[in-house]
Amino acid sequence: MATSDLTDTALSIKNLTVSYHNQPVLWDIDLDIPAGVMAGIVGPNGAGKSTLIKSLLGLVPSLSGEVMVHGRPYATQRKRVGYVPQRSSVDWDFPTTALDVVTMGLYGRLGWLKRPGRKERHEAQEALEMVGMSALAERQISQLSGGQQQRVFLARALVQQADVYFLDEPMAGVDATTERAIIDILRRLRDAGKTLIVVHHDLQTVRTYFDWLLLLNVRVIASGKAEEVFKIDHLRQAYGGQIALLNDNESLMFAASKVK
Amino acid sequence: MVWLELLSDYTFQNVVIGASLLGLISGPLGCFAVLRRQSLLGDAISHAALPGICLSFIITGSRDIGGIIIGSLITGSAAALIMLMLTRLSRLKTDAALGACLSIFFAVGIVLLTYIQSTNNASQGGLEAFLFGQAAATLRSDLWVMGSITLVTLLLLAVFWKQAKLVTFDAEYARTLGMPITVIEASLTAMVALAVVVGLQMVGVILMAAMIVAPAAAARQWSRHLGGMLTIAAGVGIVSGVSGATISTLSRGLATGPLIVLTATVIVLISLALAPGRGLLWGVIKHYRQKSALQKQQLLYALYKHTADPSCTPSTLGSRRMLNKLKQQGYLTRSPRGDDGWGLTAQGQEEARRVVAAFEELAS
Repeated sequence: MATSDLTDTALSIKNLTVSYHNQPVLWDIDLDIPAGVMAGIVGPNGAGKSTLIKSLLGLVPSLSGEVMVHGRPYATQRKRVGYVPQRSSVDWDFPTTALDVVTMGLYGRLGWLKRPGRKERHEAQEALEMVGMSALAERQISQLSGGQQQRVFLARALVQQADVYFLDEPMAGVDATTERAIIDILRRLRDAGKTLIVVHHDLQTVRTYFDWLLLLNVRVIASGKAEEVFKIDHLRQAYGGQIALLNDNESLMFAASKVK
Repeated sequence: MVWLELLSDYTFQNVVIGASLLGLISGPLGCFAVLRRQSLLGDAISHAALPGICLSFIITGSRDIGGIIIGSLITGSAAALIMLMLTRLSRLKTDAALGACLSIFFAVGIVLLTYIQSTNNASQGGLEAFLFGQAAATLRSDLWVMGSITLVTLLLLAVFWKQAKLVTFDAEYARTLGMPITVIEASLTAMVALAVVVGLQMVGVILMAAMIVAPAAAARQWSRHLGGMLTIAAGVGIVSGVSGATISTLSRGLATGPLIVLTATVIVLISLALAPGRGLLWGVIKHYRQKSALQKQQLLYALYKHTADPSCTPSTLGSRRMLNKLKQQGYLTRSPRGDDGWGLTAQGQEEARRVVAAFEELAS
C-alpha cells in the first residue's frame, strides 16, 4: 500500500443518528476513516449501509450528527467529494449519451450559468477512457449494458477530481470483467492518495478488496483495519442468525484470500 | 381562394397563433414532466385550475384573463403542493394522492361553477367553456399574455438548462454537487402549471394533460438528446395545434381543443409505431429476422447432424417455406434419392459447419 498515512482523517462522523418513521436506521454512529484507504462498508440487508452514505451527503435527513471531510464540515467541502449512486437509482431511458452523463460531473464546478464547452467534453472523454469506455462515448445510455452503465457513473465521479469518493454498491449486478475493471480503477485512485468508501455486499471478496472496514448493523459493530475487523466474532455480531450461512469460519476466510 | 380568405380571418389567426404558443410551451415542459415521471401531475394541475377560474370570477366579477391566470395558477400549484405533501408525509402512494387531489379540486370547481350559474350573473356566460376550451373566443390581448408566459418560461429553461437536465436525470447526484434541487424541482413544476394556464383557453382543463404528455411522448421516440427531444416536442405541439385549429375552422363547428388533442394523438401513434430504433414496427421486424435466422441455423444444424436419416421430412408450413428459401439461397438441394428428403449442397455443408462450430463454442 503506497499511502497509509493514518494521521490524516478523510472522513469523520460524530454521533450520527437517522430514523425512518419511528425506526432508527442508524444509531449513534461515530467513525473516523483515514485518508488514502479503500474502505468497505459491510453489513446485512437493512443495516443502513446505503443510508449511511446518503445521510453523510445530506440526501437523507439525519436527526443528529456532524460530518467532517478532511477536517471541515461537509457542506463546505462538496467539491472534494465524489458520489457514485446505485445504478438503479436513475431511469436509463433518459435521452442522452454516455459522454453527456459524464460531463454532468462537472456541472458543480461550472457554477450556475456557465455551460460545458470543449474543455469539459475533453475531460469527460478522458474519464471515459480511464474506465475503458471511450469507444462508447456517443452511445445512448439506454443501449449500454449494466456494467457499462456502472462504468459511466464511475467516470462521472472521476471527472470531479475529488479527494473522497463514496460508492454505493458499485459491484452489484455487474459482470466479472467490469468488477475487475472497477476494482483496478479504485485501487489506482487509492494509490494516488484518494480515499474510497464503498458499500459492498459480497463477504467473499471483502478481504481482497478493502484495507479498511466498517462492519455496520444500525450501530457500528467494528471499524478499523480490515484484518482486525473481519473476524468471525464481529461478523456473527453483525449478521446475527444469518451467520449460520457462513458458519464455516475457516473456509470463508480461505475462500476470500483465494480470490485474488 | 379558400386559404387566403382563411388566413386573413381574424379569429382564425388568433386561434392558430394561440395553438402554436400552446404547442411551443407544453411540448418542452411536457418533456420534463414525462421524464420526471410526473406526466399526471399536469393532469392534476389542470383539473385544479377550474376552482381557481371560478374563484377569480367570483372575486373580480369578470372573465378577465389576468385574474383567471392568477386564480388557476394559485389553485393549480396548491393541488400540486398538497399532492407532493400527501406522498411525502402520509402513506399514500403517488397515484392515489394524485387521484384524490385531482378529483377533489375538480369537484370544488364544478360546485363553484354551478353556484355561479345559479346567481344568473349576466357576464358569467361561457365560464364552462374552460372545461373543454373555446379557441374561437381567444382575443389578441389573450395572445399577448400567452406569448409573454411562453417566452419567459422558455428563457428560464434556456438559462437554467444544465440544472433542469441534471435534476431531471439524477436529482440526488445534483444535490451532492450543491444544486438546490428543491427549488429547481419546484420551478419545473410551476412551469408545468404555467403551460397549463396557457392552454386553458385553447383546450380546456380536462384535455390539457394530453398536451403535456402527447408531444413529449412522440418526441422521445425520435430523439437521442434532451435538447432534440424538447425541440421535436415543441414542433409536434405546434403542428398539432395548427392542424387541429385548421381542421376545426374548415369543418365549421367541430370543437378546436379536442381536435388539437386528437391530432397530437395521431402523431404519437405514428411515432410509437414507426420511429427508427424505438418504434414497435422495427421491434417486430427485428424479432422476425432473428427468428428466421435462428430457424435457418437450426435447420442447417439438423440436416448436417442427421444426414443419414431420411425420415426427417418437413411437416409444418413454416419449415417447408424455410427449406425452399434455403434452396433458393443455394444451401440445399432435393435429396438425390428422389424421395421427399433434402440434402445439403457444398455451400450448405460449409455454412452448417460454421453454425455447428459457433454453437459448440457457445456451449463450451
